[in-house]
Amino acid sequence: MADETKASTQEAPSSETPRAETPRGEGRPEGRFASRGPRPGGPGAGGPRESRKYFRRKKVCKFCVEKIEAINYKDVRLLAQFVAESGKIVPRRLTGVCTPHQRRLSSAIKQARNIALLPYAGRP
Amino acid sequence: MNRTYELMFIVRPDMAEEDLDKLVSTLESQVAASHGTVKSVERMGKRRLAYAVRRFQDGMYVLLTVEGGGELIHELERRLRVTEPVIKFLTVRIDEEQKRLEKIKQIRESRRKASSAPSAAAPEPGADAAPATV
Repeated sequence: MADETKASTQEAPSSETPRAETPRGEGRPEGRFASRGPRPGGPGAGGPRESRKYFRRKKVCKFCVEKIEAINYKDVRLLAQFVAESGKIVPRRLTGVCTPHQRRLSSAIKQARNIALLPYAGRP
Repeated sequence: MNRTYELMFIVRPDMAEEDLDKLVSTLESQVAASHGTVKSVERMGKRRLAYAVRRFQDGMYVLLTVEGGGELIHELERRLRVTEPVIKFLTVRIDEEQKRLEKIKQIRESRRKASSAPSAAAPEPGADAAPATV
């Protein structure tokens, strides 16, 4: 009996988690930012080990994985993925970009802003 | 002192083609006069600007790749600044970045060769060894 109740309590958070997961799926980085709320102590508080498995997907650096070495200010489409709607550069902790690449990325974004390829401040 | 630079500049959208041609050719002649070389001129066409520049919402982008020293760039930038239809420009030095990229490419290629060579060589000893054990 005791085992059954335990199993049911473990089931509950796992059924909850996919719902919380979906909004920050493969969308743009700022999508993750928006749904950061429920993460700490959210619905998965009952089973911490299980919930962690669902909540924290290991973020990897896009540039390392896809072997993109040239981060150029002219490549607006690439840079726009790392710029929030407001025009801000999305921080590393949200996008998972590694330090050397983030450094190049931010300077490229700033160059692109200078030549009016990217906005300094986003559309209202 | 030969360096490679990229000059990107934006001219006002209502500028005539011929005037743009004239502007580019004067820049080219200036480069030649300062002992530099023009590697390429690319017209990227009309594009929407991310924000208004001198009340323009669109602009014609031109990309000029030149090789030369710092004085050349200084002179070119001065010219762009005094040219009325040019609304914005940006100069970026690219030779060091190119060097870095080439280095990475070389390393990757040598690694690919190194990784493909042992894998091609590995089955042979394995194939030789297999009949011996049987």
